Parts: sequence; C-alpha cells; structure tokens
Amino acid sequence: MDGGEVELLAELSAAVGAEHVVTHEHQLRTYESDGLLQYAVTPRAVVLPGSTVEVQAVVRACHRAGVPWVARGAGSGLSGGATPVSEGVLISLTRMRSIIEVDLANQRVVVEPGVTNIAVSQAVGPDHFYPPDPSSQIVCTIGGNVAENSGGAHCFKYGFTTNYVTGLELVLPDGELVQLGGKEIDHPGPDLLGAFVGSEGTLAVATKIWLRIVPKPEAVRTLVAFFGSPIQAGEVVSEIVSGGIVPGAIEMMDNLSIRAAEGYTNAGYPTAAGAALVVELDGSSAECETRFEQVVGICERAGADSIRVAADEAERELIWRARKAAFAAMGRIAPNYYVQDSVIPRTRLAEVLGRIEQLGREFDLKIANVFHAGDGNLHPLVCYDGSVPGEAERAEECAGLIVRACVDAGGSITGEHGVGVDKKRYMPEMFSDADLGAFQRLRCAFDPDQRANPGKVMPTPRLCGEVPGPYRQHPLEQAGLAERF
Amino acid sequence: MATAGARRSAPASAAELAAELAAACGTVRVLGAGTKLGWAPDASPELELSTAGLDRIVEHNAGDLTAVLEAGVPLARAQEVFREAGQMLALDPPDAGGATVGGIVAANDSGPLRARYGGPRDLVVGMRVALADGTVAKSGGKVIKNVAGYDLAKLFTGSYGTLGAILEVSVRLHPLPPATATAVGHTHSPHLLAGGAATLSHARLEQLGLDARWAAGAGMVLGRFGGVAARAQAESAEQLLRDAGLEAELVADDEPLWQAQREGQRSPEGLVVRVSGLQTDLERLAGVAERHGATLVGRAGLGLYWLRLDDGDASALLSDLAGFVRLALDRPADMALEPPASNALLARLKERFDPAMKLV
Repeated sequence: MDGGEVELLAELSAAVGAEHVVTHEHQLRTYESDGLLQYAVTPRAVVLPGSTVEVQAVVRACHRAGVPWVARGAGSGLSGGATPVSEGVLISLTRMRSIIEVDLANQRVVVEPGVTNIAVSQAVGPDHFYPPDPSSQIVCTIGGNVAENSGGAHCFKYGFTTNYVTGLELVLPDGELVQLGGKEIDHPGPDLLGAFVGSEGTLAVATKIWLRIVPKPEAVRTLVAFFGSPIQAGEVVSEIVSGGIVPGAIEMMDNLSIRAAEGYTNAGYPTAAGAALVVELDGSSAECETRFEQVVGICERAGADSIRVAADEAERELIWRARKAAFAAMGRIAPNYYVQDSVIPRTRLAEVLGRIEQLGREFDLKIANVFHAGDGNLHPLVCYDGSVPGEAERAEECAGLIVRACVDAGGSITGEHGVGVDKKRYMPEMFSDADLGAFQRLRCAFDPDQRANPGKVMPTPRLCGEVPGPYRQHPLEQAGLAERF
Repeated sequence: MATAGARRSAPASAAELAAELAAACGTVRVLGAGTKLGWAPDASPELELSTAGLDRIVEHNAGDLTAVLEAGVPLARAQEVFREAGQMLALDPPDAGGATVGGIVAANDSGPLRARYGGPRDLVVGMRVALADGTVAKSGGKVIKNVAGYDLAKLFTGSYGTLGAILEVSVRLHPLPPATATAVGHTHSPHLLAGGAATLSHARLEQLGLDARWAAGAGMVLGRFGGVAARAQAESAEQLLRDAGLEAELVADDEPLWQAQREGQRSPEGLVVRVSGLQTDLERLAGVAERHGATLVGRAGLGLYWLRLDDGDASALLSDLAGFVRLALDRPADMALEPPASNALLARLKERFDPAMKLV
C-alpha cells in the first residue's frame, strides 16, 4: 500500500465514516460482479455514502487522487455494467434509499438512487403506479434503472425508464453538483436529462431522481394461448398489433423454455406446446373488454391449440409465474447458459428464428427462446456445459452470430440489459467510427478524465483530448489567399 | 422569410448539407421550413442552412409501426402516408403549413397528443446528424426498444440546431384510434377549472388528450378519448366533470375543439410563452392569463402550458411568470429574447460538439 493509497483511504473514511469503507479482501469479493457472473474484478475499496454530500466528497477524493470509480445500485444488471475496476473505487448507493417526496397531486415521486423499483409503486399505491417493471424489480434500484434505461414486460405500452424520469441531481466526476429538469417536463434547451438516462454510469452519479407516476388501469385481462410454433405465435402478435391493439404486455416462450419453466413452477403449461403467448391488456374496463374479445378471436382463428384466460388475480399470477421463471428454470436444461438481449423489427421474427435454429444445429447447442414479442426483444438462451472443454467458447461464438443476425435484420445488440462490458465488442456491428466519436463527445463533456465507469460501453478506449479553442481564421484566409471550401 | 442579410442554402442531399456545414466559416443557422424562425435568438447568422431539400420518406415499416424520415419531410405529408395504413406519428403541434419533422424535433414542439404518447423525445428512436465539422453520425436505431450507445437523439431534441443539423429521424408510430369523443367541462372559476382537470388526470381512464383552456373569464377542461369504447369513456369523464362542479357536455365531432387548443400555442404578431409547470399551477396561471388579457391553453395532466398574448403588455406578462420555468416562443418584433438559464454542462457540450461556435 503506497502513500497515495493510504491518503485516499483516509479521505474516503473521512467522507463517509470508516465503517462505510470496505477494504478487506473477503468483503470486497462480495462486490466483484454484478448479475453477470462471468466478469469478476476486485476493486481497491468499496464505499457506501449515505448522502449527496458524501457522494460528492468521495468523487472529489477520487478526482484528486486520479482514481477511477464505478457507481452501482443492487448489482442486478446483466451486462457487467457494474463490474468494478481493479485500481478503482466502487461506490455503492444502497444506503441512499429514502423516498424524499410523494406528490400525488402532481403525480411525481422524488427518490434517492438506492430506492428499489418496487418501492416506488408501493409508495404511490393503490391509485397510482410506476410503470417500468424490470423482472428484478424487487431488488433493483432506481439509480441502476436510470443508468440502464430499464424496461420490463410492460414497456411495449408504457415505455422505459427514460419516459418517466423528469429530473436528476447529478454529481459530476469533478465533484460538481448539477440539476437537470425537476418535477416539470420539457425544460428549455437540449434534453440533457434524456441523454443521461441509459448512459450506464459513465457520465456522473445520480443522487436524486424525480419520477412521473400514472394512475393504475381500471381493468387488467390476461390470457395465455398455446401454438404449434413460435412462428405461428409470431403471426398472431403481428395481427394483434396491426389491428390497432396495444397490449400492456405480450410475451412469448418456445418449447424448450416452456418445458424448463413448467418443470420449475407447475403453472400448468402443456409441455408439448411449440410456443406460449402471454397477452395482457389493461386500461378502462369498456375498452379492455372489447379488445380482449378481439384478441381471443385472433388466437382462435390462428389455430391456437388451447387458450387459458385468467379468471382472477391468482390465475393471472400463475400465468406470469411461468414466464418470469424462464431464466431461473434454465438450470433444468443445462448447467450454464449465455443470454442475449438483441432486438429485431417484429416483422423479421420468422426469418431470425430460422437463423437461430440453424445456428443451434451448426454448433450442436440447445437454444431456448424467450421474447418480449411486442417490441421484438429476443432473449435467446444458448445452453452449454462449462465443464466440457471448449463448450463455453463455442456458446459465446454462437451467441455472437445470433447478435449479428439481429443487427443484419435491422435490429439492435441490446434492448434492455445494456452494453456494459459484455456487449461492447458488438458495438461496431451497429455503430461506425464516426458514431462512436460522437458518443465520445458527450462522454468528454461530462467526464474529460474518463474516471466514471471506465471500460464500459465503448468498444475501444478513446481519449478526450483538449477542447480546441474558438475557431480563428488562418493568416492565409485573412489575407484572402486561401479559403476552406 | 429569410433572416436579413443571411445567405440561404437548401442542399439536396444529407452529404451535401454536411459538406456545406463543414465548409462554412461564419455563423450558421439550421432550419427546416422556417415556420418557427421567430423563436431563434436575435443574432443574425451568415448562412441559413435548410433541410427542406431532404424530403424523402425513407422507410415506412407499417408492420413494425416505425418509419425513417429525412429531416425536411413536412409532418403533414408523412401523416398522409401513415394514415393510409391506419397509423400516425403521434405528434400534433400547431402547423400553419409545411412544418418539417426535423424542425419540430429540434424545437421540441408538441400538441395535445403529448398527453398520451409523449413528445418528440419519446417518439424518436434513432437519429442521424451532421456535426459542425461535417461529421455524419447516428445514434439509436429503427427498432422501438434499444439501449445500445448514448441516446444522442435526446440531446438534439430542443437544441434548436445549435449542436448540429438533424438529417434523419427514425420514429415510432401508433395506430390511429378508430373513433374519438371529448368530454368538455365549462366554468367561470379558475378554482373549479383546476379541480376538474385534476379529477380527470387522476381518474382511471385512458385519455388521448387532457387539456385546459382559459380566455376572457371562461374556462374549459377537455378530456378526449380514443378507441373502440371512446364514447363510453367520455361519458364517464363527463360525469366526473359534472361531479367536480363544472357544466359538462359530450362532443362527438371534437376535432375543431382540439384545433383551437393547438392555435393557442401560436401568435402571429404577439407573444407566446411556454411554461413548464405543475398540474397544481393551473389555477394560478389561469389567474395570470386573466389579469393580462391572455389566452391559456395547456396539457393539464402534464403541467405544460402556453400563454398567448396577441395584443398587450408582453413584458408585464413575462415578469408575472418570473418564478416559472418558461420559454418565449413567438414574440413581438420589438421584444428581445430572454437569455437562457445558464448551465455549465451545456457550455461544455457546446465546446465538444461545436468548438468553433458556428451554429447559432
């Protein structure tokens, strides 16, 4: 431990209290990964600030010492976005979990970043709710949701975190405090607030977050329909959506996921079904009833093998249990899996599924598919056995080709998990060098020294460089001897 | 209506526009059709670079409810194409003719549909821009769900073209509602007006639009519904308004009502101030409008209001709005623009995106 490090640790202790600075090796290991366990790095120290002022003090200490830092919430992310850096400090925001204000009259909530997603809906019930509902909502934090622009099963209708954040208080990497937006929407000028949401912790730390909440729908109707194949179910999705119906959620599972989930939950899904389609409509009772009948009709005409309509809340939960357990249940199929998060235009589903099936055969790997079908977000789970030499590498290669197939179809490398460490190598599939250069300009405006969550999002490190001075005419131009056209 | 002294150019392609921007030595103002030029700062640019030549509807993917539009496409023309497929881009700002998609996004303009579908920031899923040095860069994509890379499209929304020129946007579309109906509540009391609006914004109904209006001592709350059960929902809203003490009626042929709301956001000769406030500011703002002889229209559920003063003391109205987050849009010819609120981050962004300070 050198003198600089001793000094930094002393400053961090002074900032947050020695009891909130973690330096013991075995305790540090708790923080070495987020929800994506392939990536593990032990940070130099973990600090747990309890207030905005303490976050500022921590960030300032890192700034003075020239030490990088990673801010994280619950660590439930699935892209390695909260993976620590070995020479850096990990700032855990889980102690900052106050709901600062609930303003039902204006339909706003103000929270600290460590408040869990579910706690927001609980605080504003029973008449209102906070729509973004990632499946980790019981543990994941609003700060993490802001960093990742989290979605959830209901985002096809309700949108993502970015559609609900109206204000942010930020600690910039030099320790300066700024506020973007507030309770009001549409502050004049460029939408910096919107640019921050989804920036994966690479620009600043959010220490206070203003959120919009909405009235709970009057009615919710849920069904699950079973079909011979995902392609057949995909046609049903298209027919529902092109008929002008906007379901609250529309989710699909293929046979392999159905079998895994059913073995785990006993939700009553037929294990021979080629695909399960969960459709949930919500809204006013009158609108919901009419539309729900239309959806049942579409499923019947499309030749559904069976349709189960939830008669009450218990049956609705049972239908959802199988869908929500799909990832966790995958252990019944294979010891390990590699999950992708690509998005495709929904109309390309049949073609991309065909390609995924072909890749499964070529690589001799089982691939299960779980989709957010409304918005074309696929979660292919490439199953493998890590104890078989070379199989993990094969699975990763296969998963990479799936990503490419999705991008080639006009899609994206990630719909909700974020780029983090895991997908940064795929960024050049979507973005040119000029595009990445434009991203870097935003990054450098916030964090010219690149101390905030370095090594994430961008595929290769880039420097910020000096800000060039204002444009001046070259002496030759002044003299009229040359021009820049 | 070109700014005096400015050269006007409307390149025919994105590449030409980017090249012209790179080559420009003096100050440049990017514009679409120029329908909102009066909102810009007073300083006259040396070059006005118009996107009007970039007018191709590049893609309309009806099955995916998405489209890719060049920045200079007039919104009205795009809507005609979408309407044929029973779809719409859910942006309905006032449009006296020709307003372009790029201009609407750059000015962050919106109309009553913002209540249900959000503003330009919520509907644009990808963007291609030309930066001041001629770099052409894109962010986002053309799928509705995507978190890859920074969301630079947001940064250019509301930027007035000061960070670069928008060349192309990818947008999410929505199905056209099969029918609409509007519940209208009338009152002469700003207090009851605010109460009626709050009742609807907190009701478990799905509004297509929720607006308020105050002019010359009279107020209206408008709750618009769209869908297969539009009328049934409007009837519920009508009852809620009546219970809140307003005189309520149901209007089936409701488009003229909403057109009038949009018109409240413009004043050809006078002042329009957009106030970003709260729902609970409605009563107070109706009072401000009343005192100054102004018209107030607003998205009551969002806390977004426009005060329109065609003829009167514009500076007195502005000073009465001093405590609010506000932005002057249309303004009388003799009135200077208020300096924007300073923001260190914005200055740093400007340095990175436009170090030569070309774009004004």
